[in-house]
Amino acid sequence: MMIMGTVLKTETVPISNSSDVVMVRQRVRAWTLELKFSLVDQTKIVTAASELGRNTLEHGGGGSMELSLAENGTRRGIRLRFSDQGPGIPDLALALKDGFTSGSGLGLGLGGSKRLMHDFEIDSKPGIGTTITAIRWR
Amino acid sequence: MDRIPILRMGNYLLVTIQVDMHDKLALTLQDDLTEQISNVNAKGVLIDISSLEIVDSFIGRTLANIASMARVLDAETVVVGMQPAVAITLVELGMSLPGIRTALNVESGMEYLRETVGIHEENDDDHGYSTED
Amino acid sequence: MSDILNAIQVNRVSVLKDWLENLKSAVQRRDLINDRELEAQAKEMLSAIADAPSGSNLSDLNQSGWQPLKSILGSLSVSRAVQGFTPSETALFVLSLKPSLFSLVRKDKGREADDLLSDVTAINDFIDNLALHTTDSYIHGRDQVIARQQEEMLELSTPVVTLWDGIVALPLIGTLDSARTQVVMESLLQAIVQTNSRFAIIDITGVPTVDTLVAQHLLKTITAARLMGAECILSGIRPQIAQTIVHLGINLEDVITKSKLSDAFKLALERSGRKVVRMDKSNGPAQTTPRGA
Repeated sequence: MMIMGTVLKTETVPISNSSDVVMVRQRVRAWTLELKFSLVDQTKIVTAASELGRNTLEHGGGGSMELSLAENGTRRGIRLRFSDQGPGIPDLALALKDGFTSGSGLGLGLGGSKRLMHDFEIDSKPGIGTTITAIRWR
Repeated sequence: MDRIPILRMGNYLLVTIQVDMHDKLALTLQDDLTEQISNVNAKGVLIDISSLEIVDSFIGRTLANIASMARVLDAETVVVGMQPAVAITLVELGMSLPGIRTALNVESGMEYLRETVGIHEENDDDHGYSTED
Repeated sequence: MSDILNAIQVNRVSVLKDWLENLKSAVQRRDLINDRELEAQAKEMLSAIADAPSGSNLSDLNQSGWQPLKSILGSLSVSRAVQGFTPSETALFVLSLKPSLFSLVRKDKGREADDLLSDVTAINDFIDNLALHTTDSYIHGRDQVIARQQEEMLELSTPVVTLWDGIVALPLIGTLDSARTQVVMESLLQAIVQTNSRFAIIDITGVPTVDTLVAQHLLKTITAARLMGAECILSGIRPQIAQTIVHLGINLEDVITKSKLSDAFKLALERSGRKVVRMDKSNGPAQTTPRGA
């Protein structure tokens, strides 16, 4: 149980196969429950995590997700950070557009996840890897 | 590998998705359903997702694929029981699943299938099998 | 800096005693809190300061060593708010520790004016920041109460009515903003599931203006309902709203719209296989033939 004021906890989930994506959903769900998000918000967050997790696996060749508590003054939220050492995303603007598919199924993933979360940041270097950080506040 | 069971009710196939499916399981379901529709010459497919708490773009696309494939095989598909939170999230994701017929629950789903497909289903006490084609 | 904390650690009993005396002569609110409770609160706060881990710096409240203190003050502030204390009263509780700490360092460093001044300044800033923290926590606590009450009000003001078996209506009244529309969306969809309704009529007669954002929210609600297996009918569209909709280029092609709620109801009845028939005195029982659920 996390209590405001104690040392912030983080959790890392490896993503190397499709069962790991199920684990991603389960762990994110557990965190959203603990943070007392509403049911609709829980659904949005877990769905975004599923999208991003799958991207990490399929486009990034595998990687990991880091879960942590986000704090901003008195606001609390959940932070999801997906990293991989894959090929990177050469054209971010294009990738965020709905319906865009790079062949490995990015599809609705990125643009959609962005809409489901409040803060969304992509750090991608072609040939080096991608880190996507998304936060949803309570 | 574990599979999602497909039940047969006369001309219809019923699937209840109750587990958090990993992608492979979803693809297996897609394959199994298509095969079954063809094998038993099913006219209708009812997919119950009332227990699914998460439907992401992959599952959404899988459902759409199932509906399209079924249609090619001359079967009508109806997806029932989508939870409100799931519906809201899908809309936010940008998926409106245009080709898919939906219903509130199994009962209305079956009613829809009977109206659309089962021209002879009025005589339920007979065989329950369509004698057309 | 650390010698101030040392001094507090060593002298905590006398500092507490001194502080309690100050508190008793300051604003007390004996109607809200008794002496024993006050003492307990003071003791807890002072311990959190005295027991701060070594390396803690009075000038940086963001250090992890101060978390327990901040946490205690945060809860104190919120619980006091509930009890009826004003934020100033809670801040004063914290601020009244200053004189005790000043006397403490004066005893230690009374002879070195510069040292004394820098210690006093450090203590002053530290306590001021703590007092500000209690005010922030108070406000945050209040904000949460307000937010919750707003939510409750929103839920109350968006009742979903069952017009007939399988047909619900949501009469919207007032301005629709983002937060409200979320609640509205969710309660309509919940109602659809709970009442097993294939038709939902969203009536916007009572909505003064519709802008692109509101229209988008309505469209999202309608799409979500469709995904669940229910059809929405939009009714109560006044001529001005119709004009605005066209002007803004909002696409309502996929939406069934009726200008009157009664027309929407009639349509829903028809679509669900019912018709309303006027009874002729010579005919006897009504001819409504409900079919399907």
